[in-house]
Amino acid sequence: MKYAYYPGCSAHSTARDMHESCLAVAKALGIELQEIKGWTCCGASAAHQTDRVLAASLPAANLLLAKEMGLDMVVNCAACYNRSKSANYEVVHSPTIRKKITAALGQAYDGSVPVRHFVEVLSQDFGSTKLKKAVKQPLNGLKVACYYGCYLLRPPEVTGFDNPENPIIMENLIDAIGGESLDWPGKVECCGGALNLTRTDITVARSAEIIDMAQAAGADCIITACPMCQASLDLRQQDMKKINGKTYDMPVLYITQLLGLSLGISPKALGINRLMVPPRVVLQALRAK
Amino acid sequence: MTIRIKKQSIGKNLRSAVEQRAGVDLTLCYQCKKCSIGCPVSELVTSPPAEIIRRLQLGAGDELLQTDLVWTCLSCETCYARCPNEINFAGIIDALRAIALEKGVAKPEGNSPLFNRRFLDTVKRYGRAYDLQTIIFYKLGTGKLMDDVEKFPTMLKKGKMAVSPPSGADKNKVRRIFTSIKSKKGQSR
Repeated sequence: MKYAYYPGCSAHSTARDMHESCLAVAKALGIELQEIKGWTCCGASAAHQTDRVLAASLPAANLLLAKEMGLDMVVNCAACYNRSKSANYEVVHSPTIRKKITAALGQAYDGSVPVRHFVEVLSQDFGSTKLKKAVKQPLNGLKVACYYGCYLLRPPEVTGFDNPENPIIMENLIDAIGGESLDWPGKVECCGGALNLTRTDITVARSAEIIDMAQAAGADCIITACPMCQASLDLRQQDMKKINGKTYDMPVLYITQLLGLSLGISPKALGINRLMVPPRVVLQALRAK
Repeated sequence: MTIRIKKQSIGKNLRSAVEQRAGVDLTLCYQCKKCSIGCPVSELVTSPPAEIIRRLQLGAGDELLQTDLVWTCLSCETCYARCPNEINFAGIIDALRAIALEKGVAKPEGNSPLFNRRFLDTVKRYGRAYDLQTIIFYKLGTGKLMDDVEKFPTMLKKGKMAVSPPSGADKNKVRRIFTSIKSKKGQSR
């Protein structure tokens, strides 16, 4: 199993833990991730809020590099995943935009490089049966609320990730490593992350609602596969108290961090120390036998 | 509710510009309002998604570019995912944003356009996003200097914010993309 790996800009800044845990899990499972040399920013929300051609051309530049490598492109950031898949979609479905992308890149791209989220690779290529066998420290029934957010799921005809209203890819992985994935109503809701710095009030209110729902379902922790969601849900807990007076203390981990712990990888190698809300409950559950 | 459209704005073709840019056909909307019901910010805005479409159908003019949803939209795409007629409402919002930017009328609360410019400035310069610079310049531009400063020391300590600018990207490729798009836009105007 070998893939062209696109880390995305947050891998070296706000989501270093996402990147570290992805690489550690891949290594432990024998999945080879070959980083794309010279990769550039996908443009994120800023590009698609500004110009449709820019929004498609920036990820297309990376897809061309992956094409040269002759490998599927694996992305671990849900936002980069969404933007890269959108670029493929634009190239295939809109001839006018495609022409403009070619002009911007100075090179034609045909939209043919498959874009995969690392969670898809784990679930579809590696498989939960093999994952189960690789577990060294099962989660001992830890109650996990799997949170998908927007970028993995929508629009469904672009991402094709899973059922957009009731995805279960992450639940299956969590069950395989001995956790108890919860049935809860918040998993496809939006955390408000797009406005995290510009309209923080909206992000805090949206994210508080999601944590409330996870708490009501009895969650010990939330897991996510998106650095925007992780930042909203984890970093903003201290602001949530200001809007409704409640104290928030819900660990929010990347799914790769939780998988890594169950594979016996050290918390440090998974960037667990970087989380704003320390996941004590999670570490305790792993110690319990 | 009653929707009023300014008489003088009718015929200015905001609708066709939006339809063309977003690749949508607004005659397909029969106002089922699934988009508005699923929208996470519906309750906060003056006109929820279905009403924006109705206004466009009725011939709304450039005053619609000032409506708050244009920049309060989270681009969560729930509207598009649930539309029975597959109208890409998130695409409509992106088209309204692009038109508002081109006409210089994008000045929403929180100033997302400024944030986006500062973000893209770093991408143009380094080939990758440089969060720290984006945040500092955005804060200087908005005057919201003290927001979130209390989180900063912890984020730095935990390595949640890169201090030095990103390296390793093919900067020339990114610059080419920006320059080419900018020059094309200049020609079409």
